[in-house]
Amino acid sequence: MADDTHLMDASELHEHSLLEQTWQPPRGFFRWFTHVHHQSIGKRYIITAFVFFFLGGILALLMRLQLARPEQTLLGPDLYNQVFTMHGSTMMFLFAVPVMEAMGVYLIPLMIGTRNIVFPRLNAFSYWIYLFGGIALYVLFVLNIGPDAGWTSYVPLAGPDYSPGKRVDIWQQLINFTELSALAASVELIVTIFKLRAPGMSLNRLPLYVWSMLVVSFMVIFAMPAVMMTSLFATLDRLVGTHFFNPAEGGDVLLWQHLFWFFGHPEVYIIFIPALGMVSSIVQTFSGRPVFGYTAMVLSLIATGFIGFGLWVHHMFATGLPQLGLSFFTAASMMIAIPSGIQIFCWIATLWHGRPRLHTPLLFVLGFVCIFVLGGLTGVMLASVPLDLQVHDTYFVVAHFHYVLIGGALFPLFGAIYYWFPKITGRLLSERAGTWNFWLMFLGFNLTFFPMHQLGLQGMPRRIYTYLPDMGWSTLNLLATAGGIILTCGVLVFLGNVLWSRRHGQRAGSNPWDADTLEWGTSSPPPSYNFLYLPVVHGREALWAHTAEAPVVTGLHSDRREVLVTRVLDAEPDHRTELPGPSIWPLALATAVTSGFIGSVFTPKAVPVSALLSFFALIGWGWPYWKKTEQEQLAAEQQP
Amino acid sequence: MLWVCTVIFVLVMGFLLYAVFRPRPQGQTVTAPQTERRTARAVVAAVVITGLVLFVFLVADFWTDRALAALSTSQPLKIKVTGHQWWWDVEYEATVPSQMVTTANELHIPVGRPVLLELTSHDVIHSFWVPNLHGKKDLIPGYVTTLWIQADQPGVFRGQCAEFCGHQHAHMALLVIAEPPEAFAAWREAQQHPAGAPSDALQQRGQEVFLSSACVLCHTIRGTPAGAKAAPDLTHLASRQMLAAGTLYNTPGHLAGWIVDAQQLKPGNKMPPNSLTGSDLQALLAYLTSLK
Repeated sequence: MADDTHLMDASELHEHSLLEQTWQPPRGFFRWFTHVHHQSIGKRYIITAFVFFFLGGILALLMRLQLARPEQTLLGPDLYNQVFTMHGSTMMFLFAVPVMEAMGVYLIPLMIGTRNIVFPRLNAFSYWIYLFGGIALYVLFVLNIGPDAGWTSYVPLAGPDYSPGKRVDIWQQLINFTELSALAASVELIVTIFKLRAPGMSLNRLPLYVWSMLVVSFMVIFAMPAVMMTSLFATLDRLVGTHFFNPAEGGDVLLWQHLFWFFGHPEVYIIFIPALGMVSSIVQTFSGRPVFGYTAMVLSLIATGFIGFGLWVHHMFATGLPQLGLSFFTAASMMIAIPSGIQIFCWIATLWHGRPRLHTPLLFVLGFVCIFVLGGLTGVMLASVPLDLQVHDTYFVVAHFHYVLIGGALFPLFGAIYYWFPKITGRLLSERAGTWNFWLMFLGFNLTFFPMHQLGLQGMPRRIYTYLPDMGWSTLNLLATAGGIILTCGVLVFLGNVLWSRRHGQRAGSNPWDADTLEWGTSSPPPSYNFLYLPVVHGREALWAHTAEAPVVTGLHSDRREVLVTRVLDAEPDHRTELPGPSIWPLALATAVTSGFIGSVFTPKAVPVSALLSFFALIGWGWPYWKKTEQEQLAAEQQP
Repeated sequence: MLWVCTVIFVLVMGFLLYAVFRPRPQGQTVTAPQTERRTARAVVAAVVITGLVLFVFLVADFWTDRALAALSTSQPLKIKVTGHQWWWDVEYEATVPSQMVTTANELHIPVGRPVLLELTSHDVIHSFWVPNLHGKKDLIPGYVTTLWIQADQPGVFRGQCAEFCGHQHAHMALLVIAEPPEAFAAWREAQQHPAGAPSDALQQRGQEVFLSSACVLCHTIRGTPAGAKAAPDLTHLASRQMLAAGTLYNTPGHLAGWIVDAQQLKPGNKMPPNSLTGSDLQALLAYLTSLK
């Protein structure tokens, strides 16, 4: 920020100091807990998610060490079951979904040209509840109360009869924490995208990344309630003795699988679609031309969002459902390959006609296409019932979903970090370390997971803590463990690169990649108010269409947190509104809700207590406040 | 399918890498509208081909699935398999109760005859999977699922539980022994009989040890007062190839280790440790190994 002020003329300087006064986050240790600006919350969200990523990675490494040789005794069955459950739950609930939401929280307001996310306090609440859920899970894991029934927690194994103790209860509460936080983030993102866009950014000019976050936010709103509800059923079974899943009393254990996968399959796309948006941004910037087939790309995103809800039964092919029904889900599972294919073809066409610059972000995108296409093809194989019945729940499936999740989401995410890091911190990540980072991860990943296809075909089931020496699985398992260590080295290079470049990286300037989207139109890192004057958009590639005399929005109050609200479809200016400022109440409410979630593991009485506490927190949250504006202060001073 | 997928993968990667690294004419930055249109046609063609390939896969899947299901006959051999944490209870159904056979962790089937498995679970969800015979089918409490299998050649096929079922999911295997119809009939005939009486004093002592210790709380030996159903039926224990659901070969040494401290061999399983004196253990082993 500071390096840009000398370019400002007097009126801009005045505006800058006013805005800075209004928007700057409050200083001091205690006030740190009151921040609500999307930049603060977004950064915390991203960092927290990566901390959980590293923890989940350590767990993965432990599993690989245990499986490196047959009949190892590094982890016993009890600990191994906890470790693989924690790994899956961490990666899905504490890393993949939150980090995608987090990137959206940080980037979306900058990309659509506004000053903050639309419900900043809800945003802070969403972060706190996520943080508390993650901390609770890990504290209990260290206390040997880690969940051990798999990240899918199938009943009746996870029911009161076969999982005594509190281990599964904490998993069910983790669901509540993370889904609540994801729902809150999705609501904010949808409203922000619909109502706070810069004038001129009609829906058909929305950057593809913003489209992807919009689709995903809607998916979250439809998918998450299914899992929250089914986890509530399971909690009631365990806590107060209901019989939703008890076959002896007329309950049905398959109900869990239907409701879980009705969420669980869209979940995969909830992780994957933002990554598609990131890839589109990177491809567009580094090929120096608009993405080929914008309309087809948008429709593909939306189609993926819809079809994603029609696949869940392909996780249940072995449960004895009617054959005709299974065939429909086979068809749907194959159909979803088409929109993904369209996007890949469009990216290839974009690169074909562009002038690709092979920086680290693009390198990660190329790695993404390679790994993801392989994962997609094994996905098409798995959609076929006869084939699935053989490889279902084997290491073939483990290989497949790591190909689509690491290839489909983690590689684009790493590319996105290399791409947006200069915007967030003002400094570029090292390209040399980035190249090392990419190749170590790419080779390590393939060495780890490619042999698993073969292991699955040879009959190695997943979720086993050991295997007998005469099964013939030893060599490939050892190879996979070696790959895991290389992959870890790649991730460590990334960590080192981030820590070093944050202080010593090359200064980025506002638009180091010559990108087209609005976030690159402000300084790096962005000022606390995002844009001195809110921009006006004239084309799909906002900055590439930019001219020196580009009009800006004026007339907003700079002495209060005011933003421009525009219309949903064509982003015509509609009215101004003031967004709330820093507040401790989101933290207070999150604490109250946490007391309920954690307390209800031990006693149902925690629920009314926490409801009462939440009630007071909500009163505090909604308490009206009046802050005199500049004009009112002046008027008051002029009074005799 | 594998080859088609390999070709697709190679094509996509080829086009991608060429798109990035292809030589470019100098100076030209904006693509002409007609090249854009050509590219659009190429993209549409690629999408259409994708759709067609997927459709072919779909039809193939549909036919294979139906062909696999067409095994049913009116005269199948029916076997009921019940999953337990962490072993398999196997019952051969018959119209006459005396012809019913109960065993554990080992299925014998006649070659060339369709077999109908009726699968259910006593506790949590398990999954029956013998890769060389057919795909998986889950054993779900409250449901009875069915699976048709048929062995075309004699052999011993290993299977393993494929649905995570708790602590010892890793050690929940079973054997399917496919044998010629005559051999199968002989096996079935032998299994129908209750256990033979002890033939010497040591075995006699062993039977007393069995009946007077905790064994009877869970296990059955037909022909003796032991009739509990919580653990594998031991009537013909010595005729089986493996112990502890495919974990250990059935040798007296393994059996002794299993009886004394099963938790050491398969941590978390439901068999408690037994402190027997040396002579009692020897007698018990002599008795159990006589249960052919």
